[in-house]
Amino acid sequence: MNRFAFLLDRLSYEPRRNAKVRLMADYFRETPDPERGWALAALTGALAFRHAKAGLIRGLITDRADPTLFAMSYDYVGDLAETVALMWPGETRANRAPPLSEIVEGLTSTAKIDLPKRLAQWLDALDETGRWALLKLITGSLRIGASARLAKTAVAALGEDIKPDDVELVWPGLEPPYDALFAWVEGRAERPNAEDPAPFRPPMLAHPLEDANFRAFDPSEFAAEWKWDGIRVQASAGRDAEGRHVARLWSRSGEDVSGAFPDLLDKLTFDGAIDGELLILREGRVQTFNVLQQRLNRKAVTPKLTAEFPAHIRAYDLLFDGDEDLRELPFTERRARLEAFVAREANPRVDLSPLVAFDDWDGLAAARLDPASAGAGADAAAVEGLMVKRRDSPYVVGRPKGLWFKWKHDPMTVDAVLMYAQRGHGRRSSFYSDFTFGVWTEDAEGPRLTPVGKAYFGFTDEELVELDRFVRKNTTNRFGPVREVTHTEAIGLVLEIAFEGIAKSARHKSGVAMRFPRVARIRWDKPPHEADRLESLERLIEEREAAGA
Amino acid sequence: MRPEDLLVPTPQGLYCPPADCHIDPMRPVARALVTHGHADHARPGNDAVMATPETLAIMAARYGEAFCATRQPAPYGVKTTINDVTVSFHPAGHVLGAAQILFEWKGFRAVVSGDYKRQGDPTAAPFEVVPCDLFVTEATFGLPVFRHPDAADEVAKLINSVALFPERAHLVGAYSLGKAQRLMKLLRLRGWDRPIHLHGAMVRVTETYRDLGIDLGETVQVKAADRKELAGAIVLCPPSALRELWARKFPDPVTVAASGWMRVRARARQKGVELPLVVSDHADWDDLRQTILDTGAEEIWVTHGEEDALVHWCGTSGLKARPLRLVGYGDEGETDEPAGEGEGNDRAQARA
Repeated sequence: MNRFAFLLDRLSYEPRRNAKVRLMADYFRETPDPERGWALAALTGALAFRHAKAGLIRGLITDRADPTLFAMSYDYVGDLAETVALMWPGETRANRAPPLSEIVEGLTSTAKIDLPKRLAQWLDALDETGRWALLKLITGSLRIGASARLAKTAVAALGEDIKPDDVELVWPGLEPPYDALFAWVEGRAERPNAEDPAPFRPPMLAHPLEDANFRAFDPSEFAAEWKWDGIRVQASAGRDAEGRHVARLWSRSGEDVSGAFPDLLDKLTFDGAIDGELLILREGRVQTFNVLQQRLNRKAVTPKLTAEFPAHIRAYDLLFDGDEDLRELPFTERRARLEAFVAREANPRVDLSPLVAFDDWDGLAAARLDPASAGAGADAAAVEGLMVKRRDSPYVVGRPKGLWFKWKHDPMTVDAVLMYAQRGHGRRSSFYSDFTFGVWTEDAEGPRLTPVGKAYFGFTDEELVELDRFVRKNTTNRFGPVREVTHTEAIGLVLEIAFEGIAKSARHKSGVAMRFPRVARIRWDKPPHEADRLESLERLIEEREAAGA
Repeated sequence: MRPEDLLVPTPQGLYCPPADCHIDPMRPVARALVTHGHADHARPGNDAVMATPETLAIMAARYGEAFCATRQPAPYGVKTTINDVTVSFHPAGHVLGAAQILFEWKGFRAVVSGDYKRQGDPTAAPFEVVPCDLFVTEATFGLPVFRHPDAADEVAKLINSVALFPERAHLVGAYSLGKAQRLMKLLRLRGWDRPIHLHGAMVRVTETYRDLGIDLGETVQVKAADRKELAGAIVLCPPSALRELWARKFPDPVTVAASGWMRVRARARQKGVELPLVVSDHADWDDLRQTILDTGAEEIWVTHGEEDALVHWCGTSGLKARPLRLVGYGDEGETDEPAGEGEGNDRAQARA
C-alpha cells in the first residue's frame, strides 16, 4: 500500500502529463502482479466495493473524534478522505503496512459487520499518505488528475510498439488484476482476445465560434444544424462473439450511462454507432432541458418516470454503420448515410436532427436569433444555438481546429446582490466560492432581497481571492458552513450573473430557477440598490414562453 | 474585577484601559505594544512603540527608522510598570524577537500571546509557558487536521528533491520574515553548504537577522541575468513571487512552498505547488490545546484563525472561551505576502 500511496501522492502534485505517465509506467514496471493490477484498476476506476462507502468512513471518525470538530474540519478541507486521513487519532504504529492486494481482497470479502474494525486496523497501521490513499480508494474518486486513458497510456509504454488505442481495444474483455494485459505488453503472452461489440469511441468536439472570426469563411463550405439543449450521447450497438445483441449509451466523456435510460436502451436494436443528443420528447415535441433535468434528478428509474419522461435520441452523425467505420468520410457523405440509416431503421426513439438552410452568414445569424421561424418551430425553446460544420470534415477525435464550431445563444444576464457564501470543495476548498445571490422585491416592510440562485464559477482565481476576502470581511452571520454577507441597499456586492435559461419553479422561494448561472463580472462599482428586481426576471420568463409557443 | 476591565477588543485591536495602550494595533495609536515584526501585527505610524529589541530592529529595517516617534525596548523577562499595570515580554517562539506580553494588575494575570509555536526553531528563542488567569491565543491552525511534522524532515525532502532533479531550480515560497531564515538555518543544519539564493524582497530582513547574531551561511541575491544559471540551486522567495513572471526564467523550476497550509492538498494544488513542505511558525492543533492547558488559564480568548473549533474544544474541556473575531490579523499567514514590502491588500480593502 505504501508504494501505491506514494504513487498517488506524487501524481496528485505532478502537473505535467508526460511526467504522470512516466510515474505510472515506472510503478507498473517495478511492482509485481497482482499489486500493480489492482493499482491499475484503482487508477481506471474499475474498483467498487459494495459495503465500503463514505458512510462507513464517517461512522469511524465520529466514533473517534468530536463530531463538531470533524464537521468543521471537513468543511475546511473539503474532502472526506483527506479530512479523516489527517485527523485520524494516534501515532502511526511502526508495524507492517498492508499491501494493496490484501486491502482490495479484504474490502471485497469482509462481511459488512466486520468491515469497520478491519478498516480501522488498516488506518492504524498506515501513515497519513497511506490513510489518504486507502480512503480515496474506498470513496471511489481518486482525483489525482490522472484519467483512465492516462493509466492505459502508461501500460502501453511498458511494451514495444503498443499504442494506447491498442490497450483500449482489448480493455473491455479484461478483469482486474489484469495479469493477461501485463503479460501481453511485456511480450510474455499473446494479445488478449476481447472485442467489445458496443464500444465507446471518443467524440468529436467543436470550438466556440466568435462573432468576428467566421465571416472570412466561405458559407457554401459549411453546413449548419441546431445545437439541442440535452445531453450529448453516443449510442453504440452490435453483436458479440456468441451472436447476442449488445447496446450501450455512452456520455461524451465515455461514461456508460445505459443504466439511467433502460427505456431507450431496449430500443437500440440497430448495429452501428450514432452520435446524437439525448432529449425528452412528448407528443413529438422536444422538451426543454429543465424537463430533462427533472428526470435526471430522480435516483430510481421507475416505469412511471420513463413513461412521463420518454428519452429519445436526435441523431447528428453516424460513426459506424454495422461494422463499417465511417469516421474518415467527409461530413456530407456521413450525413447521407445517417439519413438513410435513420429512414431504414424507422426507430420511434431515434430521429434526425435537421440541417438549417442558409445562403450567407447574415442568414445564419438570423436563424440563430429566431430558431422558431428558421425551422425549429415549436421546439425552439430547446435549441441552445447552432452547430456549424465544414462539409468536408472527417470525424476526428477531440477538438480539432477549424472543422466544427458551436455558435450558442448569448447568455442572459442579471445584476444580483451577494447574500450568502459557502466554502467550496476540491480544488477550491477553504475559499468561499459558492455564492447565493438575490434580486430586489417589495413587501409590506419595504424593499428586500430574495435569493434567486447560486453561482460557483465564472470568476478567475484572482477574483476568487478578492471575493473570498470580501466575504470574510463583511460577514454578518454564520450558519454552520454558510456565512451571511452584508447586503443592504447601500452596502453590499453586486454580481453580474450570466445564465442560459430561466423557468418558473415551485421549488424555489422566489418562484424562478436559472440554468447554468455563473458570475460574469464583479460589479465593485455598482451600489446594491441598483441591482435588478424580481419583476424583470419574471418578465424574461414570459418572453421566453411566448417565443417558444 | 472582570478580565474586560484589563483588556478590551476594539476596532484598533486589543486595548488595555488601565495602561492606556493597544496591543498590535491595526491603525496608528498613541502607545502600541507589539508582539512581533510581521506586517499584520507590527504597523508603522504609532507614536510610542514598546517591543523586544529584536522586533524594534526588524520594524526599523522594514519601515525605516522613522516607523514611530519613540521606541521602548523590552528585553525578555524584564518588568516595566505602566500606570499601575506591570508589563513583561516573554519568548513566543514564533520568529526572532516574537513575544507574549504578560499584564499583571490587581493580582490578575493576562497573557496576550500574539502568534506562537512550540516546535523547535534555531532562529527564535523557545516558547516559555507563562501561567496566567486569562490567555489570549491565536488559532491560525485551530483544526484537528493540522498536525505539523518535524520541520527538519520536511527540509530533508527539499534536499532529496534537489538530488533527484539536479537539472532543475528549486523555488521555495516562504514568508520573508522568520520562515525564510528558519529554512536557511535548517538547511545548514542538514548539511546544505552551498550558497542559498534569495529573492530581493528578503535580503534586508535576512541582513537584520545576521546583525542580530543569527548565522545563516552564504546567501546570494538573485540577479535577473543569473536566473538561467541556477540549475540545482535552492532559491527562496516570497510565496506570491512563485506565480510571477520572475519565477519562469529559472531552469525548469520545481515549485516548492513551506507553510502549515501545505498540510491540506487542495491548498497546495490551488497554488500550483509540486513539492509541499509542511513547515509552520504557528502552533498546530495539539500544541494549541497543550499550551492552553499549560498556562492554567480559566478564561481563553481567541484572536484570529480557526477560532470556532478551538472555542468549541475549550467548551468541551470546561474552559470559558470566546472568539474575539479581530479582523486584520492572519493576512500574512492565510493569504500570500506580497513580493514587495508593505501591504498587499490595500486594493481589495478599498474596493470592499
